[in-house]
Amino acid sequence: MSATTHGGTPYYYVPGLSRHPALAAFGLFFVILGAGQWINGVEWGKWSLAFGLAWWLVVLYQWFRDAVHESESGLYSRKIDVSYRWSMSWFIFSEVMFFGAFFTALWWARSHAVPTLGNLENALIWPNFQAVWPSVQPGATASPAGIVEPFQTVGPFWLPTINTALLLTSGVTLTIAHHALQDDHRTKAIAFMWLTVLLGATFLVVQAYEYFHAYTDLNLKLSSGIFGSTFYMLTGFHGLHVFVGMLMLIVITLRLQKGHFTKDRHFGFEGAAWYWHFVDVVWLFLYVLVYWM
Amino acid sequence: MSAVLDHPGAHAHDHEHHAPTGWRRWVFATNHKDIGTLYLLFSFTMLMIGGLLALGIRAELFQPGLQVVNPELFNQLTTMHGIIMVFGAIMPAFVGFANWMLPLQIGASDMAFARMNNFSFWLMVPAGLILVLSFFMPGGAPAAGWTLYAPLTLQMGPSMDAAIFAMHILGASSIMGSINIIVTILNMRAPGMTLMKMPMFAWTWLITAYLLIAVMPVLAGAITMTLTDRHFGTSFFNPAGGGDPIMYQHIFWFFGHPEVYIMILPAFGIISQVVPAFARKKLFGYTSMVYATASIAILSFIVWAHHMFTTGMPVTGQLFFMYATMLIAVPTGVKIFNWVATMWKGSMTFETPMLWAVGFIFVFTMGGFTGLMLSMAPLDINFQDTYYVVAHFHYVLVAGSLFAMFAGFYYWGPKWTGVMYNETRGKIHFWWSMISFNVTFFPMHFLGLAGMPRRYADYPMQFADFNAIASVGAFAFGLAQVYFFLAVVLPMMRGQGEKAPQKPWEGAEGLEWEVPSPAPHHTFETPPKLDATATRIVG
Amino acid sequence: MKQSGQAGCRCEGGVLRRVWGALGTAALVAGVWVGQAQAAVNDLPGGPAVNQLNFHPPATRIAEEQHWLHWFMLAICATIFVVVFGIMFYSIAKHRKSVGHQAQQLPEPIWVELGWTIVPLLIVIGMALPATKVIVAQKDTSNADLTIKVVGMQWKWGYEYLKGEGEGIQFLSTLDPQHRLMSDSGKVTPTDDYLLKVDNPLVVPVGKKVRIITTANDVIHAWMVPAFGVKQDAIPGFVRDTWFRAEKTGDFYGQCAELCGKEHAYMPIHVKVVSQEDYSKWVAEQKKAMAAKADDPNKEWTLAELKARGEQVYAANCAACHQANGKGAGPIKPLDGSAMVTDADHGKMLAVLLNGVNGAAAQMPAWKQLSDVELAAVMTFVRNSWSNSTGDVVQPKEVVAARQ
Ligand code: HEA
Ligand code: HEA
Ligand code: CUA
Ligand SMILES: [Cu+2]
Repeated sequence: MSATTHGGTPYYYVPGLSRHPALAAFGLFFVILGAGQWINGVEWGKWSLAFGLAWWLVVLYQWFRDAVHESESGLYSRKIDVSYRWSMSWFIFSEVMFFGAFFTALWWARSHAVPTLGNLENALIWPNFQAVWPSVQPGATASPAGIVEPFQTVGPFWLPTINTALLLTSGVTLTIAHHALQDDHRTKAIAFMWLTVLLGATFLVVQAYEYFHAYTDLNLKLSSGIFGSTFYMLTGFHGLHVFVGMLMLIVITLRLQKGHFTKDRHFGFEGAAWYWHFVDVVWLFLYVLVYWM
Repeated sequence: MSAVLDHPGAHAHDHEHHAPTGWRRWVFATNHKDIGTLYLLFSFTMLMIGGLLALGIRAELFQPGLQVVNPELFNQLTTMHGIIMVFGAIMPAFVGFANWMLPLQIGASDMAFARMNNFSFWLMVPAGLILVLSFFMPGGAPAAGWTLYAPLTLQMGPSMDAAIFAMHILGASSIMGSINIIVTILNMRAPGMTLMKMPMFAWTWLITAYLLIAVMPVLAGAITMTLTDRHFGTSFFNPAGGGDPIMYQHIFWFFGHPEVYIMILPAFGIISQVVPAFARKKLFGYTSMVYATASIAILSFIVWAHHMFTTGMPVTGQLFFMYATMLIAVPTGVKIFNWVATMWKGSMTFETPMLWAVGFIFVFTMGGFTGLMLSMAPLDINFQDTYYVVAHFHYVLVAGSLFAMFAGFYYWGPKWTGVMYNETRGKIHFWWSMISFNVTFFPMHFLGLAGMPRRYADYPMQFADFNAIASVGAFAFGLAQVYFFLAVVLPMMRGQGEKAPQKPWEGAEGLEWEVPSPAPHHTFETPPKLDATATRIVG
Repeated sequence: MKQSGQAGCRCEGGVLRRVWGALGTAALVAGVWVGQAQAAVNDLPGGPAVNQLNFHPPATRIAEEQHWLHWFMLAICATIFVVVFGIMFYSIAKHRKSVGHQAQQLPEPIWVELGWTIVPLLIVIGMALPATKVIVAQKDTSNADLTIKVVGMQWKWGYEYLKGEGEGIQFLSTLDPQHRLMSDSGKVTPTDDYLLKVDNPLVVPVGKKVRIITTANDVIHAWMVPAFGVKQDAIPGFVRDTWFRAEKTGDFYGQCAELCGKEHAYMPIHVKVVSQEDYSKWVAEQKKAMAAKADDPNKEWTLAELKARGEQVYAANCAACHQANGKGAGPIKPLDGSAMVTDADHGKMLAVLLNGVNGAAAQMPAWKQLSDVELAAVMTFVRNSWSNSTGDVVQPKEVVAARQ
């Protein structure tokens, strides 16, 4: 496929036939088929979903293994490095837009939907509803139709603040690891990478505890009206992204331990780091908009 | 065999200098040309399926009264026709064109991420399958319109969830496809191919790809909220819990409006290639074409609520969205004028691609003008959700996107297959389509003006005649496409016909004409040396 | 066209000729059929006219202005169209290779590009000005003489006079079940108001500003009357408003204009504009009728009474889906022979009627907007019709109790 002679780095490496994409799509067929059935109470749905996911993960593993192998055999030229940079940036941009949809929902609900539902005109339909956010104050029905049980909200103290500190610190440790790699201090880089992963994992544990606390003590649920909806969907999707970012960091760290990456060529590392910082920034928005405001 | 598969290493490469054969070539493809072909075949299949659904709609509407389907099924037909045409037929077809032509046009060896490219394609298959299968799920296919407005979606059966997941997958496919296209264009141009020397088709796709990665995730967000509202007790669109059904519309149309430009910008690109080739002139106002395309794309982010004039937004909102929408007429006009100026004082011939291009300009402009009518909020109060809207968007989608694709097929098909299409048959296809298209959709303007609402299974008898005419036209138009496939596409795929020269069009310019016909499996493996205009290879 | 057709025949042989033949036949059949339809249906004043080409004749000032705006836009667009394509087709005729024209590269002076950016911009501004005037007038719902709340429901309209003469009047407005049956049968006899005839039209006085407040019970609907230039979505949980001042008396028709489920095509709107005197008379009648009809939910009813009443309720509300024979169709559950319907526990069926069903396997709108007596009547009717013969009576007070 490459135009140059054997052994050298091709101008732009184009992989040959690959079974991974088709097989991955095959797995995803069972994922969406199963998920759609399962949430409608069809028994075999979950088996289809589990099978599809497992299949897909195995394929992904093989796919990435091949890509890593290609990279390590020196097939990736500078140009490919640039390609990876562009693609990762635009991928992260698309993620920003995804979160944008949910932040918009939060903004719309707070500054438009709820106030409108509680205005004079709408008293025709919801005579007892007072528009206060998050609709839990004494005197206000928790939702226009009164279908939401009273709940309490999660304030910024202390868990979310601790989590903010954790994520911010993880950003710092990650950067230290990066500098260490650039200075060829591999052991230090690896140590700080594991520290970053640990901080991320702690974040997730704290987040899980917060959810538990909210469900059991505060009666704040996914079904707690629009507040519960936006709260859990935003923090939930963020948590999912932290999880994925953590997996990326773990893979990168393992690769570091295997001796991959050089001090001036390590886009895999940087891509994962970009992603981690992105997740970090989303959290800051959440911290302010969801917990403080 | 599997030694070659997936095992990178120095020895594997030279085996693949020859085109791989058998089913593996297609299923495991990493070659942009093969993947392009897959995309095109897939989208044509979906066009047929979506078209059959449309014929179901038209058969039912042939006469007042329900003769063919019941109202439930009718709504399913309408919904799935819209979804399948938009996500299954038009969008993938343009990605197919991009796959085939972009590397050839910019002098790249392939797309930037060949395997991901194939993944984008193969994701469409399960998603398409699920969409079609949804007709056979309990309760039938989704029937809430392609716009999937809440809270009607909350009343749908299990197929709604299947469709939501399918659209997630399609969105992922589009995002990966767009990233691939952006990276290919930004990073893989041959030396000398500066951005401002790039062919217009590459430009329009670059901009389209940006639109895609900006809005597909937003659609994913909207339908995810629908999903959780349906099954997990959230209240995003449920006023009883403090949510708002109109919020769905805002989020959806923030995606939906750029989406319609996603479906037209690559069409503009194709037309900008075909017109100069057959006028034997350079494209007039290349720079302003680029800026106009970018302006359309940017404006498309701030006009979404023109689909919501009747939801009762404040008058300031109506005014803002009305003005912003009307502005789009300006850059679009620039494109039309530049095409006409390209023809002016040319030396024109009218082979089939040019016929389609001229037809496109003519009919698309009619659709653009009706769009302008719709953008006037006071008029849209009358038009909204009537057949006037249906007429508008078929003028821009069928006579716009689809006709441009036909132009592109006849223009580049010889390069793909190595044989010329049959000119007579191409012309028959054009005239037949052009006439039956207008027979089908022109009367819908009158229906809309007279107030016939869309998504109606039955209608007052005064609307009968125009509906009957539209139905007859629809069947004729459908047959024209069957004819196209059997009489034009199939023979070309089989290699029957006159052998195509390297550059079949006297006036055509660009790197794609610098390689033999059919284009060899691998092209530009080392970057070509270009002349100053970046349209020819020197040395 | 013809030429390419013949050329096609030469190389295609019989196939093409047959195709053209078939097309011709189809066109002919359609033509004949069209001719017949034309003979049979008449224009519906206030509703659509046969083969109408433009907006409805306006009945309000706003509609008139929209009408004018449409002509204005049409004229400008047509002019631009003719100019642009005049030039293009001139070029196509003159600058073609077959007449020996040589390609000439044109200079690309900046003023050309600027010109055809700025001129369209000015045109667009010229279009926006009158549109702005109309839309602002259209949105001004203040100082109404009469305020009516319009509730969209699957699939009928509810009207409630909130303020002004007639305050307190409320009723439902449903498509004539005869028309619904005709639609299902597939054989439609020529009817001028096909699918537009309702049991209870909305009645308003001429020359008065009527404010319409819309909302919905279930999904989004849209209340539209083309002759008034009015269309307003009816959104569940939210109120929106619009207004009109009809300038002539008569009947005006519209239909639901937002996809709202399977019977979307069957929830027409009929507004009767009457003179002030007639309106006052109508209000008086309504009030009297309401007083007379004010069913006492505590009264004990007999089986026969309830069944008779229930039959009407059924025909107006239920037959569209469950069919006159109670057998349902497709995903619609049959009532005839249904275990749930004939269950000794009335509560099960009552719950379905009051709350609707919203599950994957079955869908049914809630019917809580019907009165207690109506619900009791229709239940009694269903439980004692076709093969169902429970023989017992559902009293309105059971409904009252179930509503709590
Ligand atoms: C390819 C797709 C495509 C394209 C290109 C367009 C182009 C435009 N559309 Fe269209 N539109 C759709 C696809 C598209 N649309 C679809 C699918 C829907 C319905 C969705 C649904 O509800 O299901 C829709 C609906 C839709 C609506 C909502 C209607 C309603 O539901 O009530 C509106 C309202 O403003 C609108 C406006 C426009 C405008 C102003 C343009 C402009 O871009 C057109 C610009 C072009 C011209 C104006 C012509 C050329 C210009 C000149 C020759 C210059 C000189 C002209 C002047 C100075 C006037 N469109
Ligand atoms: C994106 C592109 C696209 C394309 C190409 C088309 C193509 C066509 N559309 Fe489509 N249409 C939409 C997008 C598109 N449409 C959308 C987005 C909607 C809105 C949906 C909604 O309201 O939610 C819509 C809605 C829509 C309606 C309104 C439905 C309603 O409101 O209830 C109608 C009605 O006539 C219609 C008709 C047609 C017809 C006749 C064609 C024809 O051009 C199709 C021609 C193709 C074929 C016919 C297939 C080829 C033939 C065969 C497979 C063999 C059999 C043929 C014969 C025996 C003759 N469309
Ligand atoms: Cu109610 Cu459509
Ligand atoms: Cu739009």
